[in-house]
Amino acid sequence: MKYLDEFRNRDLAQGILKRIHALSRKNLSLMEICGSHTHSIAKYGIRDALPSTIRLISGPGCPVCVTAAGDLDRVIGFIRERRDVILATFGDMMRVPGSDSSFQEEKARGSDIRVVYSPLDTLDIAGANPGKEVIFYAVGFETTAPTVAASLLMAQQKGLKNLSFLCVHKLTPPAMRALLDSGETGLDGFLCPGHVTAIIGADAYRFLAEDYHAPCVVAGFEPLDVLQGLYLLVRQCEEGRSAIEIQYTRVVTGEGNKKAREVMERVFEAEDASWRGIGTIPASGLSIREEFAAFDAGKRFIIGKGSSGEPPGCSCGEIIRGVLRPYDCPLFSTVCTPEDPQGPCMVSSEGTCAAYYRYGGGEYEGR
Amino acid sequence: MCIALPGKVIGIGDAMARVEVAGTRLEASLMLTEGVEIGDYVLIHAGFVIRKVDEEEARETLRLLSEFLEEQG
Repeated sequence: MKYLDEFRNRDLAQGILKRIHALSRKNLSLMEICGSHTHSIAKYGIRDALPSTIRLISGPGCPVCVTAAGDLDRVIGFIRERRDVILATFGDMMRVPGSDSSFQEEKARGSDIRVVYSPLDTLDIAGANPGKEVIFYAVGFETTAPTVAASLLMAQQKGLKNLSFLCVHKLTPPAMRALLDSGETGLDGFLCPGHVTAIIGADAYRFLAEDYHAPCVVAGFEPLDVLQGLYLLVRQCEEGRSAIEIQYTRVVTGEGNKKAREVMERVFEAEDASWRGIGTIPASGLSIREEFAAFDAGKRFIIGKGSSGEPPGCSCGEIIRGVLRPYDCPLFSTVCTPEDPQGPCMVSSEGTCAAYYRYGGGEYEGR
Repeated sequence: MCIALPGKVIGIGDAMARVEVAGTRLEASLMLTEGVEIGDYVLIHAGFVIRKVDEEEARETLRLLSEFLEEQG
């Protein structure tokens, strides 16, 4: 078993689709939170294969897309002044537009900005550049935050003095709560993210089923995973139940990855965070605990947190909240394209606009 | 961005695993997972093993799916 091809079987996929068509009666708006789900749904043409009763809404699950423009602006302002700084970040961040520039543009202007595959790579960069300050700009949800926390602990263990972290991590469940509280989109259920939940555990969504009566299914990312997840979600809605079900049982349990969570909780504590398009959500971000202040770039160099805000005309905020679809944005595929993105949803390959632009789907059916 | 690919552990040493992912060999830290052994399938994200893949559960998912689809024709 390779855990990929087996979950891309066409006959099984068509079988599940048939079941979904037979089962679906109610008009449902279901949100996939995770950008990787958005990508899979677009790539495999799932949106168009579903019955017209089911509307899939893409949620705020692309960490790059929800990073507030103001957070980027402050870092860009800082590195312009400091030529002794090496900024490292994940590749997806490079082209995200701030208010008037991006990391890529700043790199072209002479700032030392490097793309890393793993936060661990920053330890080598710091070791090789003792005369420079290395700052890792850390984005990501609960899947990524433990890898940054572990890297920070390694840096401490190695006694590195010139490496620090600027964290704009985001937490998923508080954002789901905020979406339901706003009531803007009238959601009937959530397809919950597979890899975030591998860490936090499916029990973390209990409040959604119990307090908000929102059906939740945690699904994997291959076509069979997504389809089976949607089948389970539709079945809950049709039966009037709200429970937490796990489709992705080969990776996800109720408890999650306790060790990864311990590492994350040792280094970080929850704080209010600014989300592009949504605004400030209580306890939805992570800040480095006081004990590790020597590794907190925000504290060491006094780089504040920014507010949210989008380029004029950009609808990323509404798209991240699921209020508008990419086709509803006047910039989509006219002035905003993957080659020249105006907003973050077009930058990341997992951004909703990038997925719609690349694969299409749902354009004429209005979903 | 939460992409994590499944790969097979082919070696372990110094809190690092050597993992074969789609024909490529990668090194990944074991700092975030417990009980990983050679031969296990694991998920790798940003240079770390973040989860062991449960082979029995994977087979069970596929078996149940095939059964369910056969039952209802």
